[in-house]
Amino acid sequence: MGEDAITKVSVIVSKGSLEGVYPALIMANGARADGIAADLFFTFFGLDAVHRRRYEHVKVATVGNPGLHVATLAGGLPGMSSVMTHYMERKMEKLDIPPIPEFLQMIADSGAGIYACKASCDLFDIARDDLVDEVEDIITVGEFYAHAAGGQIIFT
Amino acid sequence: MTTATYAGHDVEVDGEGFLEDPSEWTREMATEIARDAGIETLSAEHWKVVDFMRAQYAEKGTGPTVRVLGKTSGVSIKELYELFPKGPAKTAARIAGIPKPRGCI
Repeated sequence: MGEDAITKVSVIVSKGSLEGVYPALIMANGARADGIAADLFFTFFGLDAVHRRRYEHVKVATVGNPGLHVATLAGGLPGMSSVMTHYMERKMEKLDIPPIPEFLQMIADSGAGIYACKASCDLFDIARDDLVDEVEDIITVGEFYAHAAGGQIIFT
Repeated sequence: MTTATYAGHDVEVDGEGFLEDPSEWTREMATEIARDAGIETLSAEHWKVVDFMRAQYAEKGTGPTVRVLGKTSGVSIKELYELFPKGPAKTAARIAGIPKPRGCI
């Protein structure tokens, strides 16, 4: 490894859609798999990915998502998001990409820290018990920066 | 490509120390490759993973991902990271003399 090799990353997850959550999980997990220290910090709608009752139901955004190549009107039809999510999940399973609950467990087991944003938890009335066990703590912005010290910060 | 000497044999390795030819690998080499990869002594648990890597490679032509290792090797993901702190799939593949896994997961 060169002198400028990355040795630590802190990945912030601010989106609550499937395509908003997965890249961050893949980045954090991939860092650990390469021996790079990693932390995940869930904020705003990203909190759904660590919310006990919601993390199994994170969906693909079928409206306002031009990359999906589905007409906006069609994307807004009832059930469209579920259908697209189901389709994506099947494809991901084939590629050995785990569902969110298993992925979080994997990342926690790899030694990465998983944190939730205090301001967002206050905003959405989310308590510690609403969050999955993999979450180590609800922390402030200042605490996040302290955790992130000496590494790269990736905002997604 | 560079040449490394493991267990008294000269072998070709890539920039990250992975054997170019998995068939040149011997168990004696594994101990020395492990040392180069930062693992002083290979325990029985390390060997369990290394042997599993070799078997999977022989069967499928590619090393398993961490997820597959955790599910099928008999060693949990937590233990895998304790055994191979620099990355289980990558480090174990190097010690097992098989190519570096290229998956993103």
